[in-house]
Amino acid sequence: MAQIHLEVVTPTGPVISDDVDIVTAPGYGGEFGVLANHAPFLSTIKTGTLSFKKDKQNKFLMVSGGFSEVSNNKITFLVESAEFGHDIDVDRAMLAKERAEKRLAQAMQQSEKINRTRAEAALQRAMARLRTAEQARR
Amino acid sequence: MPGLKDVKNKIQGVKKTSQITKAMNMVASAKLRGAQDKMERFRPYSQKFAAAMSNLSGGMDAGNLPLMEVRSVQAVEIVVVTSDRGLCGSFNSNIISTAEKLMRKYEAEGKKVSIVCIGKKAHQYFRKTGKVRVSFTDIMGTFQMFNAREISMDIAENFMVGESDEVRLVYGKFHSIAVQRPEVEELLPIKPLESEEGTTAEITGAYTYEPEPAEIMEVLLPLYMNVQVYHAMLEVGASEHAARMTAMDNATNACKDMIHDLTQLYNKARQAAITSDLMDIVGGAEALKG
Repeated sequence: MAQIHLEVVTPTGPVISDDVDIVTAPGYGGEFGVLANHAPFLSTIKTGTLSFKKDKQNKFLMVSGGFSEVSNNKITFLVESAEFGHDIDVDRAMLAKERAEKRLAQAMQQSEKINRTRAEAALQRAMARLRTAEQARR
Repeated sequence: MPGLKDVKNKIQGVKKTSQITKAMNMVASAKLRGAQDKMERFRPYSQKFAAAMSNLSGGMDAGNLPLMEVRSVQAVEIVVVTSDRGLCGSFNSNIISTAEKLMRKYEAEGKKVSIVCIGKKAHQYFRKTGKVRVSFTDIMGTFQMFNAREISMDIAENFMVGESDEVRLVYGKFHSIAVQRPEVEELLPIKPLESEEGTTAEITGAYTYEPEPAEIMEVLLPLYMNVQVYHAMLEVGASEHAARMTAMDNATNACKDMIHDLTQLYNKARQAAITSDLMDIVGGAEALKG
């Protein structure tokens, strides 16, 4: 089967660079899948789960904030953070989620816009972590 | 002539100091390696980011993006990035004096200046001026991307509500282990990057964008700011350790010179003492013979 080259790059270094069968990512308008020889394409990436398939195995990555670019049979993700599902510390993510929920509730009461967006982003990241870890375990 | 004991004590003291400076030199060089590693890992990300930015901003109307908005400048914000700790020669004071000159210049033009400090040394210096809007200290040792994000979000917010019309970034750029120089960069408003002629233009045409390029830019611009702030912090991190290495090396050498001089002084004093003792003995013997 024709493959596409996947690259995930974060500020702390490249996370993966490999030929894979299919990539599914949380794009601006929802999930999108990319197969080999996709047309050039650029999309922003939301916080969520990126998955790819190689050798009949699905792998999951939690990604947050960035964009992806497809060209010349290569898909590059530039994201602020990326973590493999099986590397995620579930307990820590749970704690982070609870903390973010509390902060969000507080920010709602005081109707502070900046704190609210920050808390919302933190909550989204924590949820994405948990979901990714869940998927990776299955 | 100072007493023998005093000189001996002094030599011991200088030796201890040189042990400390030598150890600090080694610690700094180990940390420098870590900081350079961090820079190395960041490079692919920042390069790809810049490439994508110039790809996108090529044929775009920058007017309606809040972070690219060019206004008549009444208030300038200066973001000063220094280290948290001293003992690194003139590294921090060079950055601070560059920032201060910039501040004077803007004030002479009748513009209002506010300051954002990253790193304790900048904070310690500028808090006296009363112009500091916000400070981020004690993060230079361990900072991560999210620190940079928090800082740049704060700066962007301040820009978008109109409290500042222009933001400048002052930091110490790492040229080599021996050379670190203060740099001034424009942070806001973000200028469209010049795309290289030819190659990028034809790719741009073929891309499918989701959402529209303008909307993508809206997402990318804050991220681009993060990249710039993070980059400045990385540079300062590496420069700090390099500057400390040089400073500590100089200090160790100065200690060696001092020990050399003091040892000579000690030997002279000891010889003088022996000579005068001998004179006494010889004098006593002569007297007995007499």
